[in-house]
Amino acid sequence: MKTRILYISALLSAALFVASCKKDITERNQEFPALAPANIDLNADTWVPILTGASTFTVATPEAITTPNYLADLNEIKSYQKNLTSEQKDIIKYWSAGSVLRWNEILRELVAKHNLPPYQNDDGSYPFPSAANPLAYPLFPFSNPPYAARAYAYVSAAQYDALVQAWKFKKSFNRAAPYKNDVNVQALVPKSDLPAYPSEDAVVAGVTAQMMVLLFPGDLDYIQKKVAEEKLFRLMAGANTRSDWDAGENLGKQVAAVFLARARSDKAGAAIGTQTDWTKFETDAKAAGNTPWISLELPHRPPMLPLFTKVTPLLLPAATVAAIRPAAPYKEGTAEYEKDMQEVMAMSNDHSREHERIVAFWADGVGTTTPPGHWNAIAAEEFVKHNYSEVRWARNLALLNMAEMDAAIVCWDTKYFYFNPRPTQMVAGIKTLTGIPNFPSYISGHATFSGAAATVLGYLVPERATEFMTMANEAGMSRLYGGIHYRNDCTVGLATGVKVGAYAVAKGKADGSN
Amino acid sequence: MKYLLQYTYRYCVGIVAFVTLTQTVCAQTESDAIMIPKNYLCVAGMYAHNNWDHYWEGTLKRENLNLGDISSNIYNVGVVYGLSNRINISAFTPYITTKASAGTLRGQRGFQDINLAFKWMAVREQIGRGLLSFHAIASGSIPVGNYQGDYLPFALGSRSKSIAVRGLVNYQIGRFFVAGAGQYIRRDNMTIDRDAYYTTEMHYTNQVALPNATNFLVSAGFRSLLLNVEAIATKYTTLGGFDITRNNMPFPSNRMNATAIGGLVKYMPQTIRGLEFTAGSNYVVAGRNVGQNFQIMGGIDYVFSVKKEKK
Repeated sequence: MKTRILYISALLSAALFVASCKKDITERNQEFPALAPANIDLNADTWVPILTGASTFTVATPEAITTPNYLADLNEIKSYQKNLTSEQKDIIKYWSAGSVLRWNEILRELVAKHNLPPYQNDDGSYPFPSAANPLAYPLFPFSNPPYAARAYAYVSAAQYDALVQAWKFKKSFNRAAPYKNDVNVQALVPKSDLPAYPSEDAVVAGVTAQMMVLLFPGDLDYIQKKVAEEKLFRLMAGANTRSDWDAGENLGKQVAAVFLARARSDKAGAAIGTQTDWTKFETDAKAAGNTPWISLELPHRPPMLPLFTKVTPLLLPAATVAAIRPAAPYKEGTAEYEKDMQEVMAMSNDHSREHERIVAFWADGVGTTTPPGHWNAIAAEEFVKHNYSEVRWARNLALLNMAEMDAAIVCWDTKYFYFNPRPTQMVAGIKTLTGIPNFPSYISGHATFSGAAATVLGYLVPERATEFMTMANEAGMSRLYGGIHYRNDCTVGLATGVKVGAYAVAKGKADGSN
Repeated sequence: MKYLLQYTYRYCVGIVAFVTLTQTVCAQTESDAIMIPKNYLCVAGMYAHNNWDHYWEGTLKRENLNLGDISSNIYNVGVVYGLSNRINISAFTPYITTKASAGTLRGQRGFQDINLAFKWMAVREQIGRGLLSFHAIASGSIPVGNYQGDYLPFALGSRSKSIAVRGLVNYQIGRFFVAGAGQYIRRDNMTIDRDAYYTTEMHYTNQVALPNATNFLVSAGFRSLLLNVEAIATKYTTLGGFDITRNNMPFPSNRMNATAIGGLVKYMPQTIRGLEFTAGSNYVVAGRNVGQNFQIMGGIDYVFSVKKEKK
């Protein structure tokens, strides 16, 4: 009897051992279906681009579908399709979700990889990444929130412009997809009536890869691997010939040149500032009778991108940045200030698990895609449900991300104009639930980014507008729950973000896409 | 009966292995060769203090001025029961507090996991001049508190289930013994508060796959009715996981390896039968993505029969 119990126990333990621990995980973006646009937006050639309205691009006239070269291209596709490996089928499944979507994910991934503050030098000073030497430590870039917001904006806007330009050539050349020109070419993606030359996927890949030369110069091997993979996907899927692809990639690079010129002269390269700039913020704040912000890191780290305030916005006229700067934060000693401070101190002692969850969910700190990246993920998961065309995907993300970049500029302008201390600087002993970002308190970047993002997403998907704004509010308040911001930083930040978002909405209403 | 009790029970509660940036608690009962006789119950309480100021970021040893010293206090209580002379079961639940001496990040506090173990002395025979025993131990842990697992280095644990099997060989000649054990730990996915995270690539899910782990132990020492003294070396290795990148935060699915050495002393006053005092210490001598922890611990336990012995 005893032995039997023993054997049964052992058997049960073994079964338990194998069965009790889950090991498989399905990630949300692995389940995205193949993109089958509800509307191919054939008129997108008339939509208003962001920067390239007056630019001229060249795309060679495609060869007729009866030429030996085109027939050779078709044969290449058929030879791929004859023996697709499971790995190649996975590539098709991955990319068929959409080019704009996947490149947006790739960009988010690079932001997360590079969102790491440099470690200090032995003398307590900090090194800065160098674009000229991106692979030396500290790696270039440090993709903190302003850097990331700008990167998302340029990439999305450039993708949108590249697709509008591509649509013009598509309509003028009107060469159909391989699966329409040869009955023996299978369509391994949903069929589309959109002309295939130049390839829209190639345009997106080409423009994005070229933008990465500036934005993530240490990861070009990875980028080029992705470009090659997407090209293979389009060929294997029967959606493009090699010539469709090459023309598109080339057009993408031409469009990127316009955006790269813009980005190289937008003053972001000087946003780090110098010791003189950093000192001036301090003396100006003192002169105005305020306590200046100081870095709470050890050793003290120079403030994050203080001259990002001077970056040329994409949506707002440059003068508007100062015009929509909110009024000053509560002054020390006033009743409003004391009330806000008491609330932060109460949060510091509040061990609510729900607060911890909210703080962690929206923290988007070191090693993450940043708050703008989080809103890109929220947007992407929403857009997937709407079966947008590639060009509408790009247009919608461009509106979102231009708002995020300008929100960063306006928020940074406010932060450095007031150079206002964090609650933790004013009262010793406040415990925080997340790391304290290394820049002034007023206004909350999370709240500003979220207010702008929710405004744009609410315009794009009106049926969820209230929900997006509720999320934005939670994102803002998470900074109060975490003990790193006053309530006023969050509420004013949210309202300021909404104002910036309105510029993107106005742009969207007037771009001819509706 | 008295002889069996005195000869075999020991370490109702033992060392707490602080092997990672997180707190891992394991009652020593499942890692030594000692059994409680049938119908005996051991009630144990233990306190441990952990402290480190250096840690390995990948393989690079560093300090962090914004954290200072990371310390934790572990209050572990539990019971061991002798189902038979050869089968023991145990349950322990620690309450843990964590904090940093610098910076502003708030530590955590709360109940961690319930640790259950089933220990079977499969072999016990005289070989040569000594006594050889082999024990098979199955154990598992289930989170009891709703603590935040994705909050290293302050998290109380990974807030996920785990299950482990261990084989342990002990050979004792007179009052001297040597023991060796190997353990394989299978870890469940954990659920975090975020809905996306980066490891070496992006993941859009709130589920984190935790690497399984092995844990090897060798110990040697002296056992008498009054005093036990032993030296212990352990090597905990995760099978997989990734390194913390430069100046990044730790993450629960990091590769976390630790080699620790330590010692344990146990005193059993003969005036009160069943009462035991334990004190010990251990230090992480090599590691990867873990803190270089120094631990001191003390425990008290009481072993008694729950059935009246027949006279």
